[in-house]
Amino acid sequence: MIEAIWTSFLASAGFGILFNVPRKALIPGGICGMIGWVIYEQMAGASQFDLVLATALASFIVATISHVYARLQRMPVIIFSVSGIIPLVPGGGAYDTMRKLVENDYNAAIQLGSQTFLMSGAIAFGLVLAGTIVPLLLRTQRQTKSH
Amino acid sequence: MNTHSIEGIMEVSLLAGKLMLQSGAETYRVEDTITRLATNYGAETAQVFVTPTAIILSLRERGELRDYTKIARISNRATDLHVVTLVNDLSRKVAQESLPLVDALKELHTIEKEPVAFPAWMQIIAAVFVSGCFTLMFKGNYHDFIPSMVAGGVGYSIFVSVKRYISVRFFSELMAAFFIGLIAKLAVDYGVGNQLDKIIIGAVMPLVPGVLITNAVRDLMAGHLVSGLSLGAEAMLTAFAIGTGIAFVIVTL
Repeated sequence: MIEAIWTSFLASAGFGILFNVPRKALIPGGICGMIGWVIYEQMAGASQFDLVLATALASFIVATISHVYARLQRMPVIIFSVSGIIPLVPGGGAYDTMRKLVENDYNAAIQLGSQTFLMSGAIAFGLVLAGTIVPLLLRTQRQTKSH
Repeated sequence: MNTHSIEGIMEVSLLAGKLMLQSGAETYRVEDTITRLATNYGAETAQVFVTPTAIILSLRERGELRDYTKIARISNRATDLHVVTLVNDLSRKVAQESLPLVDALKELHTIEKEPVAFPAWMQIIAAVFVSGCFTLMFKGNYHDFIPSMVAGGVGYSIFVSVKRYISVRFFSELMAAFFIGLIAKLAVDYGVGNQLDKIIIGAVMPLVPGVLITNAVRDLMAGHLVSGLSLGAEAMLTAFAIGTGIAFVIVTL
């Protein structure tokens, strides 16, 4: 658990540097990635959870936090969400797929490839869902305040 | 609202869109910013079509029936979210404080010349830590931590330097992946590392087009079919280049 926390924080913040995010967004991005990865790992560890579902939920939460940070720091959401979803991105799956292809094990490659594709679809789904729900919530909150 | 010449509005909104798209902003954000800038500066309607390789913008002046159309070609794209933030701030300033058009244009030209937020050496150090951490996250052990850091750092430096001198697309990813595979293989052969797969996965992560894939799916879901498909194709080719580089090592050595 502790290992998962510091590795995912460093990896996400490091990706922030690779993507040239503004300096003051590095640590929030790291925190987003850390929360997403810990949630994903806890759910993937519990055996009744599907990996795709775990990814979708984690990415939804990451995107929600990114929206809040974006509102607070007045920056585009992508700055935070991009480093936040990095640990969830199925890079390992993509690699395994390529490896199986190279070894002429096409059945395993198709299986792994479909899962990888579904997982990236799940990340996108979580992002889109949060992108529609969170602004709605924030808007209603502002309206009630002004009334 | 004071009126500006349609050429000026065109120049500002197209340049802003171009800067954002070149720096890796999402399609919808680019379209949104362009429309907002154009209407804030007094264009009656703004029709914009954004693809990863070109922006087409059509503007109509108030009280006219003629449309003015211009295309901006986007030849190279990188991820530089600092620029996206700067252009976003500018667009917000235009909406709230009605910044004069000349000043907006001047500011966009300074953003254009702005150096990248982090120098190359800092990015390489970041890649080193990213690689090591991902190896641990994918259940590698501490034996694989150091080899993965070395392979990731070397791989990313090769990626950056090859990209600077050779303009063939995907070649830099291929070379980087090849050397990552080579270092990982040597490390395992000489007993420094344990699991070849874990080292390679970690070290390859800074190159993997994960965000590209996700953005492609997101664009498709949002109805930007052309950008979604072309980003997806780019992501596939990048992944294929990385896979080929690694495969070359695994198969031949």
